[in-house]
Amino acid sequence: MRRLILCAGLAAAMAATATPATAATEIQWWHAFTGRLGELLAEQVEKFNASQSDYTVVASHKGNYSETLNAGIAAFRAGEQPHLLMVFEVGTATMMGAKGAIKPAYEVLEQSGAEFDPDGYLGAVKGYYTTPAGDMLSLPYNSSTPVLYVNRNAFSDAGMDPDMDLSTWEQVDEALDKLKAAGSDCPLTTAWQSWVHLENLSAYHNVPFSTKDNGFTALDTELAFNGPLQVAHIGAMGEWAKDGKFFYAGRRNEGGANFRAGECALFTESSAGYAGVKKEAQFDFDIRPLPYWSSAEGAPQNTIIGGSSLWVMEGHEADEYKGVGEFLSFLSTADIQAKWHQDTGYLPITTAAYEQTQSEGFYDENPGTDIAIIQMTGKETTPNSKGLRLGSFDQIRGLIDEELEGVWAGDKSAQEALDSAVERGNKLLRRFEQANR
Amino acid sequence: MEKRVTFKGKKLPLLLILPQVIITAVFFFWPAGQAIYQSAFIPDPFGLKSQFVGFDNFTFLLSDKYYLAAFTTTAIFSSLVTVVSMGVALWLALMADRIIKGSSAYRTLLIWPYAVAPAVAGVLWLFLFSPNIGLASWYLEKLGYQWNHTLNGGEAMGLVVLASAWGRISYNFLFFLAGLQAIPKSVIEAAAIDGAHFWRRFWTIVFPLLSPTTFFLLVVNIVYAFFETFGVIHTITSGGPQQSTTILVYKVFSDGFVGQDLGSSAAQSVILLLVVGLLTILQFKFIERRVHY
Repeated sequence: MRRLILCAGLAAAMAATATPATAATEIQWWHAFTGRLGELLAEQVEKFNASQSDYTVVASHKGNYSETLNAGIAAFRAGEQPHLLMVFEVGTATMMGAKGAIKPAYEVLEQSGAEFDPDGYLGAVKGYYTTPAGDMLSLPYNSSTPVLYVNRNAFSDAGMDPDMDLSTWEQVDEALDKLKAAGSDCPLTTAWQSWVHLENLSAYHNVPFSTKDNGFTALDTELAFNGPLQVAHIGAMGEWAKDGKFFYAGRRNEGGANFRAGECALFTESSAGYAGVKKEAQFDFDIRPLPYWSSAEGAPQNTIIGGSSLWVMEGHEADEYKGVGEFLSFLSTADIQAKWHQDTGYLPITTAAYEQTQSEGFYDENPGTDIAIIQMTGKETTPNSKGLRLGSFDQIRGLIDEELEGVWAGDKSAQEALDSAVERGNKLLRRFEQANR
Repeated sequence: MEKRVTFKGKKLPLLLILPQVIITAVFFFWPAGQAIYQSAFIPDPFGLKSQFVGFDNFTFLLSDKYYLAAFTTTAIFSSLVTVVSMGVALWLALMADRIIKGSSAYRTLLIWPYAVAPAVAGVLWLFLFSPNIGLASWYLEKLGYQWNHTLNGGEAMGLVVLASAWGRISYNFLFFLAGLQAIPKSVIEAAAIDGAHFWRRFWTIVFPLLSPTTFFLLVVNIVYAFFETFGVIHTITSGGPQQSTTILVYKVFSDGFVGQDLGSSAAQSVILLLVVGLLTILQFKFIERRVHY
């Protein structure tokens, strides 16, 4: 009797394990989104799963960007890695260095036989994730670029014209003087200081952030953001901080709370901050292109992106990769991208999605939402404006934050702070080079 | 005339301590051994390859002036957290011990903050002191003080000490209160009859009799300040401004999990292990002598 039960149990167990094989192939996707973004992501997955019956994408939230990357790395070490991993842009060099852990996205897409047109992607977006030869290593997922938010009421209250030209930092400088004189406590604030005021500043003025084409061509890259242009910019901001014209609120997007509360007149922040500002601001606001120094030659070039891309991880079956390819191709379709772009404020990753959004009249109804794209795609990218590929970059940003805080507090000159950041960052780059040799 | 109960054989006592030995081996010796082993390598994050570098990770750290500065920061931070959390807790316990009406309500309320996770406590304090828009910083501004802990290292240190010590006060309070209640009332009453006032009684009778509790809390709180406060620092300052709140354990975390530099992170864990071990030995050697059990 006991044996019979055992046999029945075994049979049942086998039946249970056999079932999924006949059903759709599962594709695991680990991501870092919660809240509204998480819902929109889940919607994309549902649409894909409903559109065909061969594959089921299972999306799991693994914490914030850093935590998701760490979860992916730990899982790979344990042999339990997902098929797709969302990695923020600063983790790009870490992922690229991990040959044997990742499968280039263009290979997966080509081999899957799914629709794939490498030229359909916006150059400035995919450039961050391609090899120097132009091969796409990961699929850009959410990408944004810094823009200038203007509180129009703050300008009118100070007796200034809210429509005044703010395309250059020289003009912003004048505006800050007037705002301060009119009694503003916070004429200017920023989010993500390293990303906006050093990384994008360098690309926007076509000067290198680091040698070897910003790390794209070789691992022995050295930081170079202590050049005259960057020193002048950080120096000017240091002066503004001293005079109370620039208010520093924190390393991430803490300044957003001050701007949305109406305290600050100008705010440099990601284009993806649009939804939040639109929802909370009790004042009229504008989106303007990121200012540039008119004294700099060749400016404005183009800005670079921030956000994340999807990496395909090594160690799965061929038919599963076919499904991954199908899914990546699905994510790149114009409908999905246009909706994502309009719902979130992130950039569309393909030209088709941009044109579709244009023809739907979205930009006319929501003025300013196309500024990010124009700013990124206005010019052909140069080796200085394609993106950044640096190891330990998350940590390098941290020490740039530390050094910039020294300038804002008046403890260090811009030159001292940037020299020190370069020196300390280079040490980390050498460690990364050693680990990935 | 001490009475000792001894086991006859060796098997039973060994069997009885075995669970503890296994737990210590699995959760302490094995990971600690791993850390020591890994500190001699520079691996890539994915574990695909790893290079033996001997003591290079240590020389890299010890030649880094920012790492050395983290020792000073840790010393300041840990002393402040320990002194603030124990001092306030002792004062509250003394007061709560004297209350007759509604004492249990007071005690329960004082214990509550211990239930708040360090990271959550960090976020609460961050909201209160957020420059310009936080409640506390808004009132400070009314008083004419411009609070901005994102730029002022001293303010940042004060804030993380406050946030770390806050939840800890409850824990210390519990132990102090229990310790106070264990002191025989007759001794204190005798002193009172002799005319000793409250503070006199406290310094000459209560405090010395409380010393075992105080010593225990001192050790536990220093270990807490060294290891468990990183959640608070992570949420409030991320080690900034500049490096004014980067304590050793936060650097272990940021190098290992933000920088993916596992070799350096392992080497730092080993150093931290040595420092805390040494500190505990010193405490037992020098301070414990003054403790009256």
